Amino acid sequence: MSRVGAHRSGVPGARNPRADETAPGDLVVEARDLALRFGGVTSLDGVSLRQRRGEILAVIGPNGAGKTSLFNCLTGAYRPQQGSVTFWPQADRPTELVGRRPHAITRLGVARTFQNIRLFPALSALENVQIGTEVRQRYGPVGAILGLPHARRAERDGVRHALSLLDLVGLSHRTHELAASLPYGEQRRLEIARALGTEPSLLLLDEPAAGTNPAEKQDLAGLITRIAGTGVSVLLIEHDMRLVMSVATAVVVLNFGRVIAHGTPGEVQRDPAVIEAYLGVTDAEDTGGAAGGADVPAGRGAAARKDVR
Amino acid sequence: MSTPPAGPPGTGGGAATVPLRIAGSPAGPAGSSGSAGSSGSAGSSGPAGGPARPAWHPSVLFAPARLRQLGALLLVGVLAAIVTGPTGNSDKPLQAAKDSIVDVRIVLYLGLAVALWVLLVLGAQLRGALERVSAPVRAPVGAAYGRRGGPIVLNLVLLAIAIVAPMVVSTAAQQSMVNDIGIYALLALGLNVVVGYAGLLDLGYIAFFAIGAYATAYFTSQTAMPWHAPFVLNPFFVFPIALILAALAGVILGAPTLRLRGDYLAIVTLGFGEIIHLVANNADNITNGARGAFGVPHLSIDLLGIDYKWGIDPLPYYYLLLVIIVVVMIAFGRLERSRIGRSWAAIREDEIAAEATGVATLRMKLLAFAIGASVSGFAGVLFASKQFFNPQSFSLQASFFVVAVVIFGGMGSRLGVVVGAVVLQGLAFYLRDKVPPADRYIYFGAIIVIMMIFRPQGLVPSRRRRREIQLVEEGIGAADSLGVAPTGGQR
Repeated sequence: MSRVGAHRSGVPGARNPRADETAPGDLVVEARDLALRFGGVTSLDGVSLRQRRGEILAVIGPNGAGKTSLFNCLTGAYRPQQGSVTFWPQADRPTELVGRRPHAITRLGVARTFQNIRLFPALSALENVQIGTEVRQRYGPVGAILGLPHARRAERDGVRHALSLLDLVGLSHRTHELAASLPYGEQRRLEIARALGTEPSLLLLDEPAAGTNPAEKQDLAGLITRIAGTGVSVLLIEHDMRLVMSVATAVVVLNFGRVIAHGTPGEVQRDPAVIEAYLGVTDAEDTGGAAGGADVPAGRGAAARKDVR
Repeated sequence: MSTPPAGPPGTGGGAATVPLRIAGSPAGPAGSSGSAGSSGSAGSSGPAGGPARPAWHPSVLFAPARLRQLGALLLVGVLAAIVTGPTGNSDKPLQAAKDSIVDVRIVLYLGLAVALWVLLVLGAQLRGALERVSAPVRAPVGAAYGRRGGPIVLNLVLLAIAIVAPMVVSTAAQQSMVNDIGIYALLALGLNVVVGYAGLLDLGYIAFFAIGAYATAYFTSQTAMPWHAPFVLNPFFVFPIALILAALAGVILGAPTLRLRGDYLAIVTLGFGEIIHLVANNADNITNGARGAFGVPHLSIDLLGIDYKWGIDPLPYYYLLLVIIVVVMIAFGRLERSRIGRSWAAIREDEIAAEATGVATLRMKLLAFAIGASVSGFAGVLFASKQFFNPQSFSLQASFFVVAVVIFGGMGSRLGVVVGAVVLQGLAFYLRDKVPPADRYIYFGAIIVIMMIFRPQGLVPSRRRRREIQLVEEGIGAADSLGVAPTGGQR
């Protein structure tokens, strides 16, 4: 428990004054004091974060720090017991997200990918993206059955948009292949294309580089930068520090459901609280191998050492 | 630092700096694993990629899947021999089976089974050879996924058969083709939207059929039921009314229950079906109770110079039903290929991902429910105006039978469910004089069990459905419309 205390004490020092000065009109999303508990387990414990429009914000932290829980609160998959999330689809239209259903949030302009890829496996790559591009279309069953002009036009537009997105993520050659038959890295990119199909202003990527090889990671970094270049803000969970450092304009560090640091990648990298969270020194060494091992598996600690430095 | 899930396919290939899109082989896990035929598309798998097989080798006859197929056919042969054999009596329940099995009949049926099997094997070989020839032409797109493989000719042939068939059978068979096959084909098409497209198990589907039938009695006759409308409508005007009433009932039932998952939804719809059935059966002074509704007028039109009355003769009803079925099939085909059909497929395959991609899952499920219900209500009007009916027609058994037709024919496949209705109701008609009515379901049960073991995708599976089952067998995805989707979108 003393470990938690240690992290808490790190918070004030880590706070970056720059974020507080930002004018609200410049923000795309702001979470305030989110708390999420499952029975006795606290997953998020008063998390606040702000993201400016067009920014690539990375959320990092050890496993179990609450990163995906944060995503699930932002996208409506979970409803936090406390706190609020404000989202600005446009600069002058603040919208509260907590309490809305996931599909409604997607329609407002928040799209996401999943840590464990969730494509529609038996549909083709094109159909997967089409489902994304069609969420804003309004034609109903009658239009579809009768083949009314507006329905046909919408259908064509949806296909065209989907094809251009497949091109963007470099999957043009896979258009008609089943999602499940694509290699792992391509499935990840297909999921990004599907999310982009919903025309988001905020894109949440949950460990997009997990399980991909170095060449793919490089491609991915380029892709994320390109997406941000089109005006989409990207909120990114990622363990791969090289990727985070190369694309992120700002970083938020979570540990035990709390924000322990935020700032530019360089600032965060030097932050003592962050180094401690990742390396699990001080208390972990005092309490012995068993306790340390439970919180920070040895393998991961070693990997973190390599990645953070 | 990354935590890759065990063994992502493809990472091995692009180990160093080789871009992955080169590394991935065109034949992915789904497209064409060399499982030498778990289905009718059997030996034709793997036109692209895989090592070139010899055009013909006797070993294909002894592949496990082939042998299983032979076993199934022989089993069906034995069953057919017993069914067509002498009727047993209660003193010696097994005597009839014994007589059938030692008869010449069994030789005939087993011979037929073997012949059919040989034909299937040869057919698959032939198709495989053809695809090897044509593969280079359409490999880039057609291999894993191709729309409209040109079944237009097949459809026209089937339609021609459907047009000619009633002319060459007995009047009793004609009656059955209308009351049983036609109506159930229509019902199965409607339920197919709910079960096959949206992946929701509705066990009370026949309730909407009852609503359509009783609405017809209410609006078209002053005498059919004690409870009737103050005016009399032509049955044709009841079509839209029944459609709307049934859709409304579907929405009212669906709105609270579609939040439930899989099994719970099945139980609630089961209850709903029973409620409607029991109300119809017990409300003597409203629905005429178990005696049923007599004297609902036949269909008739007198419009724009066309004056026609449907009567006792089943043929005009048959052709009306045929037109309606064809129209519904075309309409639902378009629906399936639209954004609505894709939304249903998305919900079926991964509801959480569908929701996160912006699909209004609850609304789309309600839509499927309402569309299915309205077809059922529509069929109810036809049914009521064709013949006398009583609550017996809307029993639980009828609901299960429609579900059986859909599963047997092939979930999600329009042609499949119609063929399913033809086969199962055809079997029922055939068994009518052969076995006591109570025994009929034994044969249905047996045939469906055999079907589910050897051909779980149904008689004429839909392309999507076949792919899904293939993926599930390979352990990717868990897209079974009757199973509960994996939950929890995190970690």
